[in-house]
Amino acid sequence: MTAPVEIREPDIGEETREDHPWVVIVWNDPINLMSYVTFVLQKLFGYSKEKATKLMLDVHYKGKAVVSSGPREKAEIDVFRLHEHGLWATMQHDE
Amino acid sequence: MSPVGKFGRRIRRSRKGGVEVRLADDEREFLRSLAPQMRDLLEDPEDPAVARLFPVAYPDHEDRQAEYRILAGGELLDSHREALAALEATAGAERLDDEQANAWLRALNEIRLVLGTRLGVTEDHDAWPTDADDPRVPAFAAYDFLSRLQGELVEALLD
Repeated sequence: MTAPVEIREPDIGEETREDHPWVVIVWNDPINLMSYVTFVLQKLFGYSKEKATKLMLDVHYKGKAVVSSGPREKAEIDVFRLHEHGLWATMQHDE
Repeated sequence: MSPVGKFGRRIRRSRKGGVEVRLADDEREFLRSLAPQMRDLLEDPEDPAVARLFPVAYPDHEDRQAEYRILAGGELLDSHREALAALEATAGAERLDDEQANAWLRALNEIRLVLGTRLGVTEDHDAWPTDADDPRVPAFAAYDFLSRLQGELVEALLD
């Protein structure tokens, strides 16, 4: 298959928005179990228990954590799968 | 989020794969009865507690959020319903395969999200009602039961 041609802004030298397009954020809530959040992050993203636990603790103690990033379409699928599992996930441009 | 202490385990990893579930008949009946109640609730997406099952994906983009709701909302609703249907169908099972166990996890979580939002639970368990005459006590007890069960199921799946 042929890769589609990407149309980029001509601001060569700077990181474009396309380079770091979207981040997926999981927010803390009082209902989701800590163990369940760790489990979901391992299951959906294939993260090690250590990485998933660290992200879960960031959600719990800092209120949120970036759990994945990528093009908008991928980020939206990640958000959807997190929503299927009841996690409070949003996506935004990585500023 | 909320931690769950390890109580007497009723769900364990099965040597045959999946998990073994040891629950009393009335507990199984309770789980089975929750699925149709939840299905009815899902019919009303305006309900603020039900809205917790359909979070906003794009808080900064109104148009994209509207598009996400249209494109993904129906699929998300189907996914929530499928998990509840699986819980209802296997509430009496003594063994669950991994797929069924994962459906239980999601269904239990859905129910806890709606019930917990209605009850206004916080991470501070000391704020829970303790007076036996408090009319909220049965609902909090149900929430607590579901939380422990879900916690045990996660632990079993991670074993």
